[in-house]
Amino acid sequence: MATVKLDGVRKVYAGGVEAVKGVSIDIADGQLCVLVGPSGCGKSTLLRMIAGLEVITDGEISIDGRVVNRLEPAERDIAMVFQNYALYPHMKVYDNMAYGLRNRGQSKEEIDKRVREAARILELDELLQRKPRELSGGQRQRVAMGRAIVRHPKAFLFDEPLSNLDAKLRVHMRVEIKNLQRSLGVTSVYVTHDQVEAMTLADKLVVMNGGVAEQIDTPIKIYEKPATTFVASFIGSPAMNLLRGASAGPKGIALAGGQAVKPRDFQMPETGREVFLGVRPEHLTLVNGGNSDLELSVIAVESLGADTMAHGVLAGSNGRADKIIVRLPGAASIKEGDVLPLAINPGMAHVFDAETSKRI
Amino acid sequence: MVENNRWGNFFAHLVLIAGVAIVLFPVYVAFIASTHPPGTFVRGVMPLLPGTNAWDNYMTVITEGRSRAGTPPIAGMMWNSFIMAMAITIGKLSISLLSAFAIVYFRFPFRMFFFWIIFLTLMLPVEVRIVPTFEVVANLGMLNSFAGLSIPLIASATATFLFRQFFMTVPEELMEAARVDGAGPMKFFKDILLPLSITNIAALFVIMFIYGWNQYLWPLLITTDPSYYTIVMGLQRMVTGGDSEPLWHLVMATVVLAAMPPVLVILFMQRLFVKGLTETEK
Repeated sequence: MATVKLDGVRKVYAGGVEAVKGVSIDIADGQLCVLVGPSGCGKSTLLRMIAGLEVITDGEISIDGRVVNRLEPAERDIAMVFQNYALYPHMKVYDNMAYGLRNRGQSKEEIDKRVREAARILELDELLQRKPRELSGGQRQRVAMGRAIVRHPKAFLFDEPLSNLDAKLRVHMRVEIKNLQRSLGVTSVYVTHDQVEAMTLADKLVVMNGGVAEQIDTPIKIYEKPATTFVASFIGSPAMNLLRGASAGPKGIALAGGQAVKPRDFQMPETGREVFLGVRPEHLTLVNGGNSDLELSVIAVESLGADTMAHGVLAGSNGRADKIIVRLPGAASIKEGDVLPLAINPGMAHVFDAETSKRI
Repeated sequence: MVENNRWGNFFAHLVLIAGVAIVLFPVYVAFIASTHPPGTFVRGVMPLLPGTNAWDNYMTVITEGRSRAGTPPIAGMMWNSFIMAMAITIGKLSISLLSAFAIVYFRFPFRMFFFWIIFLTLMLPVEVRIVPTFEVVANLGMLNSFAGLSIPLIASATATFLFRQFFMTVPEELMEAARVDGAGPMKFFKDILLPLSITNIAALFVIMFIYGWNQYLWPLLITTDPSYYTIVMGLQRMVTGGDSEPLWHLVMATVVLAAMPPVLVILFMQRLFVKGLTETEK
């Protein structure tokens, strides 16, 4: 049980590449913090610095109020779950879980008690005498979790633990990890590139890009009020539509395709400012011709059963405009070439400065 | 084989049997020759059926040797060969495991330089460097000693290179997991790396034991005291020593005995091999 605090953490590799450019995060006791971002954004490097597997170039990491910058991984009182599980192939499941405890000189009875307890929680009792290669992917994943649990650490670190599992198992394990983390109440840091995992697991979500934490907040706040165009397009599926335009005073925002939009419940930026107008696909509604904010000419239709995705561009924009995706109810009968009158749901339009890509 | 052709099977077996026969025939002749009394070979005819003198011949070579020709009893020479082969094998394995471990897992200055230096010595077999090596060993006073017999042959670029290649295939996460589990470098080496390389170690053990056992030139050079003679050089002395005709029945008995330990090592290690292989293949 502990807090994890990162203060201006930087990582510069020997070659001069700056992988992490000053990240500060405060993780409260028992919180599950998810680092999400595209590959190469520095999220794994950051996690490995917390674990002690990478040297910290600058800044400070403290676990439970103790600065751990110069401590070995084993001295930081953390447990890590690796992407490929990193189980010791020649050891039985039992020994895999017991290895760390033995190195710490715990008594045999204590080790046995903890391993059995973890095995019970993870339903591994039957498998303790097997070797890792005799287990399925999901079982190996659970052993890796077990190895973390037996340690009773101050923090769990997860490095994309579900990315080697098939889609169905991934959803199942995601729920298990969440329940486990809740019931044990251990502070956790979880790295993933999957935004669904990020949204569903996180108490605190950190969206990273290019070594910078673009936004740190609860998943819902990030979804509702993305701080930058990167966060806006990274969180949410399909991604938010970002339409280039300029503020045209009372007429609203003049979009690149020629149409002007004036969303309701909306704070208009000063006239002439170059902006991106952001609208999520699920916040566009099909309306009667007269009330539309914009008109979309459909290029492609994807019917997913529950939803229908319409891909298109602004009508009359002769192809120069940005592509738009709209999520419509599954029953919507539309086809390629249709022109759809659409309204932006009140209060659901976002506007970002075109130059800084920051939210206005 | 998908086809189950009777004639195909027949020919396949014929070829295999012929191959085995060609390889085994000389061994068989050596064994037969070792069972005959001394006079048999003077006539120049090689018998193909076992004789009656086996026990006497073997007892003679093991306990007496051919002392007048300067060949001590071979029991002692076998023991010397065994000590030398084991020292070379174990020395080579431990040194190359440790140096490969250092090269793969530690970042120290001139790491690659040292690796290439080790690698370069692959090009220098014992025979090429034998004169300077002799000089060094002689100056260190290691002539006529087990140290002199084994130490110069211990450094092995081949094994270092093989272990390096193997260590590089071990996922880095295992090392990181061990670090998180509180295992220091040597503990990681002992608890994880060694058990994982057991099959490689077994394979190299066989190869190096035979390499050490078969050493001929080096022991011939540095031993003058019969109590340090090895079996392979003793064999040569037995053939050429003395003025008389070679005593083929004794030579062949020695040959058969000299060939036994490598065969035993292979038979014993084969089990470990197969065990290791099936365990990782599953």
